[in-house]
Amino acid sequence: MTTVDYVLRLGDDALVTAQRLGAWYAAGPEMEEDVALANIALDQLGAARLLLTYAGELEGAGRDEDALAYQRGPADFRNCRLVEQPEPDFGVVIAKLLLLSAFQLPCYEALAGAGDERLSAIAGKARKESAYHLDHATLWTLRLGDGTDESHQRMQASFDTLWPFVDGLFAGDDGGPVDPAELRKAWTSTVEDVLGRATLTVPAPVAEPTGERTHLVELLAEMQQLHRAHPGARW
Amino acid sequence: MYGNDFAGPDAGSDGGLLGQVEAAEAALRAAAHRGRVEGDPAALQDYFDAVIDADQKIEPRDWMPDAYRRGLVRQIAQHAHSEIIGMQPEGSWITRAPSLKRKAILLAKVQDEAGHGLYLYAAAETLGITRAELVDMLLDGRQKYSSIFNYPTLTWADIGAIGWLVDGAAIVNQVPLCRCSYGPYARAMIRICKEESFHQRQGYEILHTLSHGTPEQHAMAQDAVDRWWYPSLAMFGPPDTDSTHSAQSMAWKIKRFSNDDLRQRFVDMCVQQAGVLGLRIPDPDLRWNSERQAHDFTAPDFDELMRVIKGDGPCNAERMAHRRRAHSDGAWVREAAAAYAAKQEEVVAV
Ligand SMILES: [Fe+2]
Ligand SMILES: [Fe+2]
Repeated sequence: MTTVDYVLRLGDDALVTAQRLGAWYAAGPEMEEDVALANIALDQLGAARLLLTYAGELEGAGRDEDALAYQRGPADFRNCRLVEQPEPDFGVVIAKLLLLSAFQLPCYEALAGAGDERLSAIAGKARKESAYHLDHATLWTLRLGDGTDESHQRMQASFDTLWPFVDGLFAGDDGGPVDPAELRKAWTSTVEDVLGRATLTVPAPVAEPTGERTHLVELLAEMQQLHRAHPGARW
Repeated sequence: MYGNDFAGPDAGSDGGLLGQVEAAEAALRAAAHRGRVEGDPAALQDYFDAVIDADQKIEPRDWMPDAYRRGLVRQIAQHAHSEIIGMQPEGSWITRAPSLKRKAILLAKVQDEAGHGLYLYAAAETLGITRAELVDMLLDGRQKYSSIFNYPTLTWADIGAIGWLVDGAAIVNQVPLCRCSYGPYARAMIRICKEESFHQRQGYEILHTLSHGTPEQHAMAQDAVDRWWYPSLAMFGPPDTDSTHSAQSMAWKIKRFSNDDLRQRFVDMCVQQAGVLGLRIPDPDLRWNSERQAHDFTAPDFDELMRVIKGDGPCNAERMAHRRRAHSDGAWVREAAAAYAAKQEEVVAV
């Protein structure tokens, strides 16, 4: 049986990713990239909505996608900490997308063929989108890693900054058809291959920092503020 | 026609105007097969005039007067810049949208606007100028964008008001451009108009929901309409009596209707819709004139329009700063992409 937390974990990863990418409107390095980032944000948001809706049904307490997105506090969000990290520049956007989509792709592929019918339908659609996200992130990682000295340094710094959070991708609830920990091998081979081709160094393992999740707190405060200011309103 | 829509989400809200878009599309397909004409300058001018007279399309391969080319570059570029700058006022609400459905719709809309900018820069490039040159002219202030985007988006209801009024005014302005005499511009406008009509409907739906929601939501919707009404009327440009580019533009069939005619059409369309929305248009002198078979209304403040165009609107500095920042923050990325592409070429050459 799939647990609510298991589905929330997947949905919250997608929602928080969409929220971060949504802030990149009209800020990409090229106009084509504005279109691409919005596309990826829309894919993640679409998957998040399906997953949160399913989580609400599993829970059986009458919460829909909006109740789950807007009325849970930071302590109840199940996303991995990688996705909530800030994106101060395009290098971090791309590095994060590579690390995430290298996880989401095998995850959705496995879920598409696993026992939970609802999850396999959602994953069947999302896996195609993840394949595109991974392609896009790979292309940019190669260009930036193997571009100029400056871009090489920035890309390496982006991966270094995010590395403490990669373990979190594989942690968490295994109350579902696919145990995230089992995806680590596939993820590692994808990421090592791309970083190698991009002339970048795979960082050494680092432990995830402990402490308050201030980035998530701020992200949710912005996302939820208007919705919460009008209890019960329809939009 | 256009005014009697929005009875329901599937009532075919754009019946009249979208029909015009489709007719324009058919005319373009027919025009695509003409050959290229060569000859002395007088013959070329005669041919150009004949094409315009016959309501045919000028294509990039055709000879055209310099002023026609320059005027088109100016107009298409300004239009493209408006799409790109126009992402900002609404984009700032993506992270704050009050439901996930609204967030998705808004993200898709802002993405559409980026796409519109791209089609239009591509249309301008057929006239012998590059996107990079045009973007430089935007960034250093030599070229302008629509003054409407220099107003702030203060509440969520502004997203509704922009969709209803600003995209609505854009459609009224742009549907005739689908029949414009320059083929690539007309083709770009056809794609764009189809998407703008979705934007307008989405904005209308946001306002409708707010207007029929809580008292606070209704007040928010009315406040947004109060603030966006006159700037939207100003989008049609100065009155016909002092519009500088209009006459020549009409003769060349780039423009088809005067600023004042289009403004009137827009007002007439909005009055009926405002009634269904349950929102008041902030003009005490707005009334039906049965002699003219049109509404009398208060003109926007054209001095304000000129001030905003010259750079003195509430958000001019902010919009340009955002655009310049995106451009300069992205420089290292573009340089890297170019360096990477050059390396790949070397690899192939070896
Ligand atoms: Fe547009
Ligand atoms: Fe639009």
